[in-house]
Amino acid sequence: MVNKLIKEDTRMFLTGNEVLAYAANSAEAEFMYGYPITPQNEIMHTWCKLLPKTGAGFLQTEDEISAGFSTIGGILAGKRAFTATAGPGNVIMQDAQSMAEMMRIPFVCAVMQRGGPSTATVIYAQQETRLTCFGGNGEGFRIVYSTAGHQDLYDYMIKAFNTAWKYRFPTYVLADGYQGKMREPVTLYDPASRGITMVPTQKFLLGEGEIGKDRKSVHMRNTYNMEEELMEVLEGYKADYDKISEEIQEWEEYKADDAEILVIAHGIVARSARTAIDELREKGIKAGLFRPITIRPLAVKPLREAVSRAKRVLFTESANGQLAQMVLEKLYGLSTPYETLFKMGVGVTGDDIVNKVEAMTAAAI
Amino acid sequence: MSEILTLPPNLPKAQNAEVGASKFCPGCGHGITLKALAQAVDELDIKQKTVFGCDIGCSLLSWNYMDLDTVQTHHGRTTPVIYGLTRANPEAIGIAYMGDGGGLAIGAQHLVNATVRGERMLIIVVNNTNYGMTGGQMSPTTMPGQKTETTPYGRDCTVTGKPAKAAEMVASIADKEKSYVARSTVSNVIKLKSTFVKALKNVQNGGFSFVEVLSICPLNWRTNNYDTFARLQQMEEFFEVKEFLVPEQKV
Amino acid sequence: MSRTKIVLAGEGGQGVQSVAKILVEAGYEAGKQVLYIPNFGVEQRGGVSIAFCQIADEIIGEPRFAKGDIIIMLSDRAIDRCAAYVDENSTVVYDTSVCTKKPEVKCKEIIGVDANRIANEQLSARVFNIIILGVLLEATHVLKLEDIKNAMEMALGKKFDAKPELRDLNYKALDMGMGLINQSLGV
Repeated sequence: MVNKLIKEDTRMFLTGNEVLAYAANSAEAEFMYGYPITPQNEIMHTWCKLLPKTGAGFLQTEDEISAGFSTIGGILAGKRAFTATAGPGNVIMQDAQSMAEMMRIPFVCAVMQRGGPSTATVIYAQQETRLTCFGGNGEGFRIVYSTAGHQDLYDYMIKAFNTAWKYRFPTYVLADGYQGKMREPVTLYDPASRGITMVPTQKFLLGEGEIGKDRKSVHMRNTYNMEEELMEVLEGYKADYDKISEEIQEWEEYKADDAEILVIAHGIVARSARTAIDELREKGIKAGLFRPITIRPLAVKPLREAVSRAKRVLFTESANGQLAQMVLEKLYGLSTPYETLFKMGVGVTGDDIVNKVEAMTAAAI
Repeated sequence: MSEILTLPPNLPKAQNAEVGASKFCPGCGHGITLKALAQAVDELDIKQKTVFGCDIGCSLLSWNYMDLDTVQTHHGRTTPVIYGLTRANPEAIGIAYMGDGGGLAIGAQHLVNATVRGERMLIIVVNNTNYGMTGGQMSPTTMPGQKTETTPYGRDCTVTGKPAKAAEMVASIADKEKSYVARSTVSNVIKLKSTFVKALKNVQNGGFSFVEVLSICPLNWRTNNYDTFARLQQMEEFFEVKEFLVPEQKV
Repeated sequence: MSRTKIVLAGEGGQGVQSVAKILVEAGYEAGKQVLYIPNFGVEQRGGVSIAFCQIADEIIGEPRFAKGDIIIMLSDRAIDRCAAYVDENSTVVYDTSVCTKKPEVKCKEIIGVDANRIANEQLSARVFNIIILGVLLEATHVLKLEDIKNAMEMALGKKFDAKPELRDLNYKALDMGMGLINQSLGV
């Protein structure tokens, strides 16, 4: 057991990376495996600084491949273990992530997106959206929470552990370099004070009982000899995933009820959209926001309803439409026209959105 | 004769009796190696706390071969899964089982770093000088002049460099006080077992162990029994069979 | 809705991020909404150091803004780098004793201060950034002097306790910075 540091509501002024380390501690995470890559380093810096007080564990690995696989090892040992990465690190960690997906391992990872492709920038982007949802040679049986600031980081990092251990799908907190590095006020709390109970962990290997007496030896594999054998397993996963999707999907609407122009954005860009919507409303333009919080799985029904109500849709992202592609697929059959404001690897400001929506409105008149 | 054949096989307790016929090719060295390992686990009576991890390549066929808690991982990634586990569970004795490709090519960075950090685990590299499962390509340990699918005219060391010597490399970077490093061979199963016993004892004592096992692959070598062991003998001359590091046992 | 958007830019080593941290810490302690993004490119020390700070009464939406209300440029490279954040509503402050040129931007006003010279000649090179903090405080009027002093205690209190004369030096620097703005505006 680890010592939880946050025992009562504590208002703090922190960077997002610091928030994530505290959140993992509050979620009773016992072990972190990690490899340095900007902009997520301070998660492990903070985690390590807190170790004497928390009594948790840490291993600095030789690369993200190892960070991913050793996290799996820690989880197999029954520990609430996690890792964090970004950019090219997220790319090479897909090796481990796809194994977690295939073996239904409650893998938890914070992704602090940076510019891509390749090394690009160490600063910010939303270009790992598709990778985090669908990376690896599989079907994307993963759960991805896209956060929009420090309170989200705290809330959803705690939630990620419970989602992962309850449903046994790899679970991600998808944030970005701005959220990791920026400093803003946040309220840290003991999850118990919010009625949150941590889902108990279990040992996958060397669990209770004696082999040959109380139980058989456990043989975990990700290899199948026959195509049909594989499909049967995956059909089971898909059924599980579809069944829980409505239960875990989360979204946020802001002034979307009567919105004529519906902005669809996720993560930190959705925050800029809120600023823009307030400004547009003051100017008499009826704009609103639909923000998917789980971007995998998407909240399809509410999304379709919001889009159906609107006259026009604006997709905006710090990427070339990675979320939009996923969303558009789910909007099949609707005829609401849409426009886009995509800034690859660059922050979208409120002004950007205001200008774009004003142009859309002018064109409509 | 028929009476002898009907005797139940004398399986070590750490070997899975339910697995039935081996999935390894006829004449493969993995069966010999795994049996010796199982005997070593039996001798030390550590079955209940041992975790066996196996790699991709022919070693993955051992995923249910042992009566041990087992995880089959990705190519080259058995080492990090196992040290991830033993870091989180200090009671566990971890074994990472892989071939020469998994150990020295795709997973080399993990071998190097696990060695340098002195991870509390046993890494076994079964060296049969080629990639067996994928159809017999050149591996880091392919012998000079050896024909494989990717060196059909024989390995030309002026182009490919010389064969990698895993035990020597590991011994040169391991902590001498707490590492057991040896090269053994399937031609001497009694010695192979005692090597595993020493290696596992060292892990029990909190140390890092590495055993390279010279093994055989008659299918991809396209050798008959005689030629198979003649080639193994050549390998034993090229790759020195000995203990490279033996930490002083704690009294 | 009151929100002040500040860009602080200079060379690595000029203490830009330290000033930004004290500023936002002061805002946080004063109960304001604050949001601070340091720049963190691949150039750890050699690049232009930029801090994006926002201080507001209500919850801040966008983390990065397009145009700043006040942009402080402390080197030639900072002038080049930050022109993009300036519009007709911005106030631009630059250090005349570091920069070899005047920012050529369309803005509300451009204020030149010679903080670097004053630091070197009258106080200490080490408090150059605190003079800038004084300039910023006076130019924005979103925070009180007491808030800033509290935040300075939080950041530098241990050093102050070890060497009480440092506290005086820093306060003096702060005071001179505040004065600089008024002088410049008076001209």
